[in-house]
Amino acid sequence: MKFKNWFLMFIIVFIVWILLNNSFQIDILIPGIIVAFLVSSLFCKRCNLFSEIILTPKAFVYTFIYLGVFFIELIKSNLDVARRVLTPSLPINPGIVEVKTTLKSKFGRMLLANSITLTPGTLTVEVIDDSFFIHWIDVKEDTVEAASKEIVKKFEKYLEVIYG
Amino acid sequence: MVNTILTIALVLIMLSMVIALIRFILGPSSLDRVVAFDIMTIASIAMIAVLSNLAGRIIYLDIAIVYGLLSFLAVIIIAKYLEKSL
Amino acid sequence: MWEIKIYNMELLGAIITLMGSLVLLIAAIGLIRMPDIYNRLQVGTKATTLGTIMSLFGLLLIMPDWSGKFILLILFIMMTNPVSSHVVARAAYFIKIPFTSRTVVNKLKPDGNVINVSVENQKEVITESLKH
Repeated sequence: MKFKNWFLMFIIVFIVWILLNNSFQIDILIPGIIVAFLVSSLFCKRCNLFSEIILTPKAFVYTFIYLGVFFIELIKSNLDVARRVLTPSLPINPGIVEVKTTLKSKFGRMLLANSITLTPGTLTVEVIDDSFFIHWIDVKEDTVEAASKEIVKKFEKYLEVIYG
Repeated sequence: MVNTILTIALVLIMLSMVIALIRFILGPSSLDRVVAFDIMTIASIAMIAVLSNLAGRIIYLDIAIVYGLLSFLAVIIIAKYLEKSL
Repeated sequence: MWEIKIYNMELLGAIITLMGSLVLLIAAIGLIRMPDIYNRLQVGTKATTLGTIMSLFGLLLIMPDWSGKFILLILFIMMTNPVSSHVVARAAYFIKIPFTSRTVVNKLKPDGNVINVSVENQKEVITESLKH
């Protein structure tokens, strides 16, 4: 478990180094390996951020499906926002609703909150245990169950496979 | 052709920064000003990227990365300070 | 043949950059028009994220040699932009910035307790939250 944390940290730092230097030459790669080894050894003593990631092929496939769903929702939310802003009567109906999630891991909840913020008309205001309080620009459903079905379910079924 | 379109895009980004500056001056509370500041910094990241492409220098993109890091930290620290939980 | 293809690629990238700057302009107009800070944050977060990602992606198509730094910037903006808007919304809630008068429901009280709002007493809850 400890080795998995260290290894994922090493890979992430190394990828950031390659992207920052924008080249694959050998005199860039060798300092990158040394720096990534030092950083991940010194600063990853107690980090259990990645210990909840499930490393299976199914999770790998679902990550890409999740990214696709996420980008489609991002474009849809922008068309929605542009329609609301450019209409002269400003058609908004805002309010704060409560939704429940069934995700257990902290990292999965963070990704779910970020995804909710970037989907049509919703913004996460507060997270208390397993309930998210969401500012919704056009409130359609008032109750907890209906709002959860409307907002959370489309991401939850992918994130459940990746993070459990 | 490409440079002309990029110059038009640059003008539009600058116009959006000017409109955000109006909200920065008007803003009734200080958090409205933080939101306007956030939008101005993100627009200026896009502006620096377009400028680096027009000037043909890759070194300007490093400035955009550092600017994004610092503006993210600044927004979080100002918000936590106003919340009195720093 | 190859030359034409490369030229079209650059033109496509320039048009995507132009569309991204239009989305940024929509974000700024929404910042002026929306009535309270929560709705301003809604417009600000979504439109600036897509606008900057589209601008950087168009520039990536124009200059494929620099793609590493553009990809790093896109990932960075995708990760940090929702977090900063979440922090600002939470701070605005806890220092009791009033909602607009068009707000229909509020299930989060200022001390963090959950209340149930039915249709009859919606109006007094809204006036209460406006008082703070």
